[in-house]
Amino acid sequence: MTLDEISILSVYSAMVVYAIAFIAFAIDLARRGAAVTAAADASARAEAKVAVGAAVGASAGRGGAAAAKADGGASVAYGRSPALRVGVAMTILAWALHLTATVLRGLAAGRVPWANMYEFALTGTLIITTVFLAVLLISKHDLRFLGTFVTGLVLVLLGVATINFYVSPIPLPPALQSVWLVIHVFVASASVGFFALGFALSVVQLLQARRESVVASAKAAKLTFLATLPSAATLENLAYRVNIIGFIMWTFTLMAGAIWAEKAWGRYWGWDTKEVWTFIIWVVYAGYIHARATRGWRGSRSAWLSIIGFSTVLFNFTVVNLFFKGLHAYSGL
Amino acid sequence: MSPRSDPGELSRPADHIDSAEPVPDEASVRPDGSVTQPKLGFVGWMRFGWRQLTSMRTALLLLLLLAIAAVPGSLVPQRSSDPNGVTQYFSDNPTLAPILDGFQMFDVYTSAWFSAVYLLLFVSLIGCVIPRTKHHLEALRARPPRTPARLSRLAGYTERELPAAADLETRAPSSLAPRSAEEGAPSSLAPRSAEEGAPSSLAPRSAEAAAEEAIDAAAVQLRKAGYRVERYELRGEASVSAERGYLRETGNLVFHTALLGVLVAVGFGGGFGFSGQRVIVEGQTFVNTLASFDSFNPGRFFNDTSLQPYRLSLERLDAVYETQNADALGQPIDFTAHVSVEGQGAEAQDATVKVNEPLYTYGTDVYLLGNGYAPTITVTNADGDVVFTDSVPFLPQDANLTSIGVVKVPDGMPEQLGMVGFFYPTQTQLTSGAYTSSYPDLILPVLTLNVYQGDLGIDGGTPTSVYTLDPSGMEQLTGGDTGVDSIELKPGESAELPNGLGTVTFEHADPDAGEGDYAQSVPRFASFDIHHDPTQIWVLVFAVLILGGLLVSLFVPRRRMWVKAAKRPDGTVVLEYAGLARGEDPGLEDAVTAFADAHAGPRVG
Ligand code: HEM
Repeated sequence: MTLDEISILSVYSAMVVYAIAFIAFAIDLARRGAAVTAAADASARAEAKVAVGAAVGASAGRGGAAAAKADGGASVAYGRSPALRVGVAMTILAWALHLTATVLRGLAAGRVPWANMYEFALTGTLIITTVFLAVLLISKHDLRFLGTFVTGLVLVLLGVATINFYVSPIPLPPALQSVWLVIHVFVASASVGFFALGFALSVVQLLQARRESVVASAKAAKLTFLATLPSAATLENLAYRVNIIGFIMWTFTLMAGAIWAEKAWGRYWGWDTKEVWTFIIWVVYAGYIHARATRGWRGSRSAWLSIIGFSTVLFNFTVVNLFFKGLHAYSGL
Repeated sequence: MSPRSDPGELSRPADHIDSAEPVPDEASVRPDGSVTQPKLGFVGWMRFGWRQLTSMRTALLLLLLLAIAAVPGSLVPQRSSDPNGVTQYFSDNPTLAPILDGFQMFDVYTSAWFSAVYLLLFVSLIGCVIPRTKHHLEALRARPPRTPARLSRLAGYTERELPAAADLETRAPSSLAPRSAEEGAPSSLAPRSAEEGAPSSLAPRSAEAAAEEAIDAAAVQLRKAGYRVERYELRGEASVSAERGYLRETGNLVFHTALLGVLVAVGFGGGFGFSGQRVIVEGQTFVNTLASFDSFNPGRFFNDTSLQPYRLSLERLDAVYETQNADALGQPIDFTAHVSVEGQGAEAQDATVKVNEPLYTYGTDVYLLGNGYAPTITVTNADGDVVFTDSVPFLPQDANLTSIGVVKVPDGMPEQLGMVGFFYPTQTQLTSGAYTSSYPDLILPVLTLNVYQGDLGIDGGTPTSVYTLDPSGMEQLTGGDTGVDSIELKPGESAELPNGLGTVTFEHADPDAGEGDYAQSVPRFASFDIHHDPTQIWVLVFAVLILGGLLVSLFVPRRRMWVKAAKRPDGTVVLEYAGLARGEDPGLEDAVTAFADAHAGPRVG
């Protein structure tokens, strides 16, 4: 077996494990709904008790109400479910396989493994998972609930890449032989990892904001898993922090790309299609940052900009690479 | 005064999230509560318009508009980057194309509407940056603001007991005071006069001394931590007010100003620079003067005295192709142009130009953008006189360098002669019988020529491309429908021209090579782009400032912190700590706690 064949085998194994992780995370989300219902029942019971207790002068009710208030802004406390732990463990395993696959691919090609669409996808998704796991490690908030999104996205992208984008490892054409390939493309992939997480947080933020407004208007709120997640405001802050890291990296990507273009093509900016879309993404995220700082745009509107931002990132990676004509004809397809 | 509404923050656009909520002007609220619009004169309208333009909301909308406006340029080919694509588009969409052209869709990034959006954005930016810079310079000199009366409402609020020393003596009750009393907000209803009723007259004074000491220590520690500090004494309570992170706003201003810098630098660079193209065959020399460029695009303010005359000779072009990897046979691995450069009165110097490794010399940047073969072709007339001999660059058509070139022989023949040639570095025959090249290097080089006779159309003075032949005024003598086979030559071979016109020879560039060794048989050419962009370096400088400003403005927390020795109604003194975020500051609460711990020890209980 060649290194590349082992690499592919690793990719497939990683995909299987990602699928298991995805299912585990999905089960966890479903359980959260149930947990919320249970908590609601419990607090209803507690309230009843307060009503009774108040008559006797007991203050037990206070404790009950406080227990329902969890840290991190979640309105219902939710501990560690076995499914969640399985999901995280499987994600770590899949990540290890994924890392192996990517490293082997690089060894097989004798260079960095991000020089065509298949390899961008391989490395880009690896970074998405890496960012997710790193954030789990660092963040004060429990963000494991994003696992469904992250493993799902990575699984889909890997699937598309292995089926549609695969090319055997070949040497680099002269235009790609540059340290800037290493820097520019890697930082671009890394920022995609952060934008992806920001996107997921913004989506959950929007759902959460809707739930919160329903709760606030005192209508009967549906008891969903959302109740176990951080508040919309917390999610917005988290999304912002993740997105600005992505934005800084994207700014760097754009500049490094310009420096490379100057060396390879003789001009630092020429409105090539890929340059256009890099610029558009940059402007959309600059808009996002401004929206968060603008009264009347903070909250859901800025979340929409984060979602649009990541959509343009995906568009840039897929549609622009495959169907638009330009100098960046490096998809390898 | 609420800390939110201090004047420093008003330097931000009024709808910035940190600014004070707009309060209706008192004067414009009538007694019945209805709001009248003051009549706006011309100046009023101008001011109103300006304020709208420089608001965050407008900047945001303009940013989004800019993103949208950039999209069409990626959907439709652009004259600047893909002129052939535009021509193609016109012939494919004859009705739609002129309409799109009317909207400048083929020149999006220089179009009136795209320029309008970014110029408005930049005017808005200027209108925003200038007042903010002014305010920031003032803020840099201002003292940290007064300590707020009630810290307990602020971020990270925490309390510590006044440490050791003076608090010990008469204060037994205070150290035993139930924690819960402190937990609740200091009761604002308790009359201040309670202080006067403090038990002994000696104890408060020593407590005061301890408080002074603690606040002094806090001030020192805060200053060491990079805060600007100011002592305050309000209602007999000593406190220190501290602020840090002015760099955040500085970074933000540097960022936004550098954006302007990039725009200006790019604008000027286009004006004073030039770019030109030149094809050079191995062994030939190029002199950096206007006349020797194949094509030349000067900027608006370009002046040709700024061209430094230097000579650049292409000595050899090395091309390396993949030979091992079966999936990539013939893929280019490396192109290197070995050149020598000679300035006025200077020694000639050897240099190389590669893809990704341009040569910076004599104020110009030389890029290797393409290469190909330039077969050396010699034509003699019926008398045996050489009427043409030259290495003719053939333009590559595919990855295996099937190339097309044109030979024009204006003089020395009965009529002008033209030849359209195909060159195959490694000739292969397709099943259709047509030739193609199956490998980009010289394994089996073959040149085929179709001969035309008549008027080349070059005498009228209209410029014609050296790479194309207009056959309209000419008669075809070989190939096509003529019934005469095209001339087909390997390096070193000659053939008769039809009708006894003479001969044509495909010269072998390496006559000493053995039989069947074609490796050096055909010279190569390099096509160089030669640029001069005087402001490129400035664009880079501003780009670095943008990135630096961004990092600083997003990651340096700007925060205020206060430490106050607060007197409780029962006469005890506790240390209160609190912070205020100015802008995004997720670490604030931890920072306050950490400071309190460092200052007065961890919280007990
Ligand atoms: C080309 C146009 C612009 C771009 C690309 C841009 C980009 C940015 C970025 C990336 C930030 C966040 C980083 C930082 O705080 O420095 C920012 C912040 C900010 N921008 Fe702009 N900006 C533009 C125009 C403007 C204009 C016209 C205004 C004024 C109306 C403005 C006002 C602000 C303000 C007040 C902030 C601070 C937000 C905060 O700190 O939360 N920007 N801008």
